[in-house]
Amino acid sequence: MFLAFIITVGLYGCKEKSEMSTLTTTITTNSTVTKTSVTTVSQLVGSFKIIGSNTVTPLSSVWAENFMKANPKVSIAVSGPGSGAGIAALIDGTTDICQSSRLITAKEIDQAQAKGVNPYEIQVASDALSVIVHPSNPVSELTIEQLSAIYTNKITNWKELGGKDAAIVVMARDTNSGTHAFFKEHVVQMYGLPTADKTLEYGNKVLFLPSTEEGVSQVANNSNAIFYAGLGYVNEKVKTIAIKKTSSDPAVEPSIATALNGTYPVSRPLVYYTNGVPTGVIKAFIDYCISPAGQEEVVKAGFVPLSK
Amino acid sequence: MLNLGNTVQTDSDVTALAELRRRLRLGERIIEGLVFLAGILAIVILLGIIAILLKEGLPIFAHTAPWDFLFGTKWYPISDPPVFGIAPFFVSTLMITLIATAIAVPVGVACAAYLSEVAPPGVSSAVKPIVEILAGIPSVMMGFIGLALLSPLVQSAFNLNSGLCGLTAAIMLSLMSLPIIVSVSEDALHAVPREFKEASYALGATKWETIWHVCIPSALSGIAAAIMLGVGRAIGETMTVLMVAGGALAVPVSPVDPMTTMTAAIASGIGNAARGSLQYQALFAIGLILFVLTLAVNVIAERVLERQKRKFAR
Repeated sequence: MFLAFIITVGLYGCKEKSEMSTLTTTITTNSTVTKTSVTTVSQLVGSFKIIGSNTVTPLSSVWAENFMKANPKVSIAVSGPGSGAGIAALIDGTTDICQSSRLITAKEIDQAQAKGVNPYEIQVASDALSVIVHPSNPVSELTIEQLSAIYTNKITNWKELGGKDAAIVVMARDTNSGTHAFFKEHVVQMYGLPTADKTLEYGNKVLFLPSTEEGVSQVANNSNAIFYAGLGYVNEKVKTIAIKKTSSDPAVEPSIATALNGTYPVSRPLVYYTNGVPTGVIKAFIDYCISPAGQEEVVKAGFVPLSK
Repeated sequence: MLNLGNTVQTDSDVTALAELRRRLRLGERIIEGLVFLAGILAIVILLGIIAILLKEGLPIFAHTAPWDFLFGTKWYPISDPPVFGIAPFFVSTLMITLIATAIAVPVGVACAAYLSEVAPPGVSSAVKPIVEILAGIPSVMMGFIGLALLSPLVQSAFNLNSGLCGLTAAIMLSLMSLPIIVSVSEDALHAVPREFKEASYALGATKWETIWHVCIPSALSGIAAAIMLGVGRAIGETMTVLMVAGGALAVPVSPVDPMTTMTAAIASGIGNAARGSLQYQALFAIGLILFVLTLAVNVIAERVLERQKRKFAR
């Protein structure tokens, strides 16, 4: 099943992949920078796995490629079934690093400790979770409360939001996704706002999609659709929505700058979890990820680097 | 064998013969044993799967009563507390399977009748393998075709908000079960004794009358088995429906609603579920129900095929 899933993602990602290869070539020209920063650990040997978030996968893949290029005896396998799946794999001991687009829950920490696993958290980047619509959609800004009403099926027509008279096609990721869980907590349930309500759930008319690429391509072809995706997945065929925390706050477009200065309301950490403090080759890899050279890749992949 | 018929036998001849027989018998035993093991292995694996489904799936009924699990309309597996009701998935699976069958059966049986009775031998020997190749297309490819080609068509044909819906999935599934239906019903039609058809023609029946009143009724149990096998395929298919059925959690009321089947629900949740958690148990319980469903369909198909065989046995 996972294999099939990866193939699907691969299929959708054909375009992304070609972009990624151009990305890699630019990296090769820059590789002197990368090499000098990792030459001190060039004798590294070993292999490890990174499993988890679909959102973080493109970033981890670039890091893994660069790291393996600099350390030919190291092999890294990256796969992205979803954050929850990654955390489950960490708890079951079937992965060395879990990449996640949401923080581990207290319940999951209990489950991990019951199996003798001590999740250790390292933030490697941030993401501005973007809400996207078709470019022809006249709606360009929404409050979190309006988004929550859309995703709980309380607002069902674009007309109510100042758009044209058409039903809103609401799309979300499925429960395998960390983005699903993060969006539910921070947007659907309006965490941290006066209107917060922990009992709110996604409405039952929401379309749950198995991959972020599928959602972005659906929005690109459907003038009434709305979807959310990590900033790295946003392309020129879709339009991002500026988000207001409450109706009296300014509307903020998702971008690296607005996520870094904290004005964009729906940004989130992208984290790695290991079992205990990382050592050896895994520590060397994570050190590279959070080094200036590694953070350069974060910007190239469309995510938000760690603030210095 | 050797000089068995020879009346003059030396002692050494006799011992050599006995030795050869013993060796042959030993070899045969080994092969018999291996075949037996292979047979047993399949049964052991099947029993193992049933045991795991029961062990992992049944505990959920301590959390959610079977009644609530089957007929509950809310599915919030990662909420706190989680709610598990699979009625939307159950209805979706039934709806998509029924529509897929309703499309695939008439087309499939007509195609089989054409191949078996009407088409010149050259055409049928060329077309049948091609139809069977259709069965070999990976389901993810069918999903991709559904996503890229069919869903925009369905969307504009029915003036929908989104082409990702049960109908799109059902059409793709009908294409996937078509080869099985064509292939098995063609075999059944082919097995109808020549005398039946000749008797029909001798009475002055046309080709169409012969097919409709003689061939199809006599092959009916084989065709029924073909339909059952096609239904089994449609119920169990996962990747295609996951990609094109839309994935909404509401109980579907119309075929053009977006929906989630039981298989898609398992696939879209199992990656997230920690081993032994309630969600994990609930997904295994869905698997258990799915297993019972497909088993029932297969058992019926088997019975019907058996009847078909007996009918024409002489």
